[in-house]
Amino acid sequence: MIETKPIYTPQDFKSDQEIRWCPGCGDVAILSAVQKAMAEMGHKKEDYAVVSGIGCSSRFPYYMNTYGFHGIHGRAGAIATGVKTANPKLSVWQITGDGDALAIGGNHFIHEIRRNVNVNIILFNNEIYGLTKGQFSPTSKFGQVTKTSPFGTVEAPFHPGELTIGAQGKFFARGFDSNVKLNIEIFKEAELHHGASMIEILQNCVIFNEGAHDYINDKEFKAERQIIVKHGQPLLFGTDNKKGLVLDGLKLKVVTIGENGVKESDILVHDAHDLDPTLHLALVNMRSPNFPVALGVIRSVEAPTFDERVENQIEEVQKKSKIKCMDDLLKSGNTWTVE
Amino acid sequence: MNGKIIEEVDEVVIRFSGDSGDGMQLTGMQFSDTSAILGNDIATFPDYPAEIRAPQGTVGGVSGYQLHFGHKEVHTPGDFADVLVAMNPAALKANYEWVKPGGTIIVDIDSFTEKNLKKAGYDENPLEKYKGGDFNIIEAPISNLTLETLKDSGLDRKTMLRSKNMFALGMVYVIFNRPLKYTEEFFTKKFAKTPDVAEANKNVLRAGANFANTIEALRSYRVNPAKIQKGTYRNISGNVATAWGFIAASEKSNLPLFIGSYPITPATEILQELAAHKDLGVKAFQAEDEIAGICSAIGASFAGNLAITTTSGPGLALKGEAIGLAVITELPLVVVNVQRGGPSTGLPTKTEQSDLMQALYGRNGESPVVVIAASTPSNCFNYAFESAKIALEHMTPVILLTDGFLANGSEPWKIAEMKDLPQIFPPIAKEGTLDYQPYRRNAENLVRQWAIPGTPGLEHRLGGLEKIDGTGNVSYLADNHELMVKYRAEKVQRVANYIPDQTIFGDEDAEICMVGWGGTYGHLITTMEELREEGMKIAVVHFNYILPLPKNTKEVLSKFKKRLVCELNAGQFVNYLRMMHPELHYYQHNKIQGLPFTTAELRAAIIKTMES
Repeated sequence: MIETKPIYTPQDFKSDQEIRWCPGCGDVAILSAVQKAMAEMGHKKEDYAVVSGIGCSSRFPYYMNTYGFHGIHGRAGAIATGVKTANPKLSVWQITGDGDALAIGGNHFIHEIRRNVNVNIILFNNEIYGLTKGQFSPTSKFGQVTKTSPFGTVEAPFHPGELTIGAQGKFFARGFDSNVKLNIEIFKEAELHHGASMIEILQNCVIFNEGAHDYINDKEFKAERQIIVKHGQPLLFGTDNKKGLVLDGLKLKVVTIGENGVKESDILVHDAHDLDPTLHLALVNMRSPNFPVALGVIRSVEAPTFDERVENQIEEVQKKSKIKCMDDLLKSGNTWTVE
Repeated sequence: MNGKIIEEVDEVVIRFSGDSGDGMQLTGMQFSDTSAILGNDIATFPDYPAEIRAPQGTVGGVSGYQLHFGHKEVHTPGDFADVLVAMNPAALKANYEWVKPGGTIIVDIDSFTEKNLKKAGYDENPLEKYKGGDFNIIEAPISNLTLETLKDSGLDRKTMLRSKNMFALGMVYVIFNRPLKYTEEFFTKKFAKTPDVAEANKNVLRAGANFANTIEALRSYRVNPAKIQKGTYRNISGNVATAWGFIAASEKSNLPLFIGSYPITPATEILQELAAHKDLGVKAFQAEDEIAGICSAIGASFAGNLAITTTSGPGLALKGEAIGLAVITELPLVVVNVQRGGPSTGLPTKTEQSDLMQALYGRNGESPVVVIAASTPSNCFNYAFESAKIALEHMTPVILLTDGFLANGSEPWKIAEMKDLPQIFPPIAKEGTLDYQPYRRNAENLVRQWAIPGTPGLEHRLGGLEKIDGTGNVSYLADNHELMVKYRAEKVQRVANYIPDQTIFGDEDAEICMVGWGGTYGHLITTMEELREEGMKIAVVHFNYILPLPKNTKEVLSKFKKRLVCELNAGQFVNYLRMMHPELHYYQHNKIQGLPFTTAELRAAIIKTMES
């Protein structure tokens, strides 16, 4: 029997609920990219489960015409772990934000990554608390003035990619809310990857942190300020792809082809599949203005997933055990009979 | 038996006590297993310190195992011991006040050195003083005779001394005329790979028995078998029974069992037991914290599993917000709370019933859940099964309350058979359901239908925001919120139509009844039986269903002129009853010491109430 893949349009993934995000919010573009990507992934619509925590981004499941679960603050990772472990056939998408995943839900986040639960995590990083109207988040830039840091923050921010790799993450990608085409590619790659696929989307909050990511996305300088990495491709960027990344000792360095004898063949070729995360970490940590910010799939390493290991272990034990049903268990071990 | 006179007694309480490394739990369990096979009714309770290895020889490091066995029905591990085995001065100090007047105390006299006496906090050897009292003190050179028995075994001194608990067990077996063979068989099996260790333990056991046979001062007792219902039995603890109840419910509902939990005393054993049963398909997820435990279970429930989480008091506090999520999403979920002494970390290894109010009301918003309490170690099986059945059939979280006393206590259990348990019918929406609405309700019990991800055409969204009646879309409408709050409360109330009526134990025409709930059942019943044997009319009304209460609760409580509500807290159930049925007057008896009731104090409380 030939099973034909279902044919969907993005429209099939839109629920009948009115979108309540602010006009101009970056979330809308991300929603649209997810709907387009899902229509092309080949899963049946009923096999998607979209799970979220609390925050602006976490309203996401209500706008998707799939199975959806809007959880409580910070716990999306724990809920998604339960959904996937209980029913590994589902394609589970976890929608979260910088506060939800990295502040109140930080513990669940690192453990979900460490366990390598086969879910796709989209972290909307707007570097601010939006739903509570403008307090700093764990990713707000050092010194940022917000309602709860009127004199500027005095704490260093988390970088989601660094945290992901620190928690033994096997997949990390970074997108930009308005780059729908790139995001669709990332989402599809994330779904193909077995394991916890962590995607950070740099997202703009028009109301409370307008322009937080403008510097790297400035139309005029975009080519210089961001690099879109692709596995197997040289790490080139800049106008006419004249700039590239090379290794200088243990560090990355920006070079220009044609200057100081640099040839295109000197440029590093991106290996997203390298188990050793050293270079991935270097790419993740490139920041403006000295480096372009890396977008695309930075790390994608295959490894056994938590949910399949759970299934496999059950299967192995079941093969060996003499206990096949509850009555067997009830009668097992030390028993005695009263006549 | 050297012509000794054998005295017949109805029931006996033995307490084995020693350092937490002395193997007292194993010793107690062996005696209990042997007695069970001989047909006695039994109840046991281990009492161990919170510290894994408190300093050796100190009172804080004493570990005990109490067992009560009899010719008649036994409902509690007993209040006071007929025989105390104390392996060192600290064990004596921790336990002598729990020995009955006239009771026997067996001590390892070799451990009564100046150093050990000092560690236990004795200025002088207390045995001299006790000898003059009402105790029958047996000073047995247990350590030295153990070493002597094993001198040719080739084992090192430390390993040899590890068998000294078997010397004590051999002695106690002789006192109560029990055969050694079941324990010998146990060692043969347990140490099949190291027969020298098995042999050493058996030799020491026999040496202890031989020693006891030669002592004139030892009395000998016979406890005849109890009249026990025919059938196949096993010993089971409350925690294992709880775990098994859920596996049984999984089989009867045809749903996989998922447990998301975080280790916490005294509930951990449920998670351990379920993690061991992958053979029955159990998915046991040891989460990163209490919150992840319940949230993963909620995720598993959304995904169509029978989902549970287990914890103790502090963990229930951490799970509060997530229980609310299960309330508003109306998903099936069982939360087991094995109560311990609180607040905060409190008394982790001691028992208490002080989480009742937390279970009933410890959440934000109007957040009703079903609350059920088990009342014996073995009926934890039935109430775990029942909790899962109600959660699944009524689409609601259920909190199952047990406590440290039930969880760690064990008793013989006539093994359940799956054919005798009811089938469970969760209201799962099938593929092809037309116009599925997640919050459309069954008119009779107000239960919504459960559409499981993966079912074509039933895609829907659930979540913590208030939902509109029917379609379940997010809604902030004032009237709708009130309607939904009332629906959720009424749905839980209507569970009362599906639970058994409240029963009365004892004399329905008595003037006074003791009222209890949960783990105090054995003590209340024992007290009642004692008083009835003495000719008093008295009844016990003991609750397992707390929210909702059985429909005939008021009718039952109204039969009596006086109601004495006894509980191991400051008065939580009595205040709940005062709220639910304010027209009745209640007396109360409370104990908050981390310890179970004793029948003596319950008798005193009844007499006081009768006289008032």
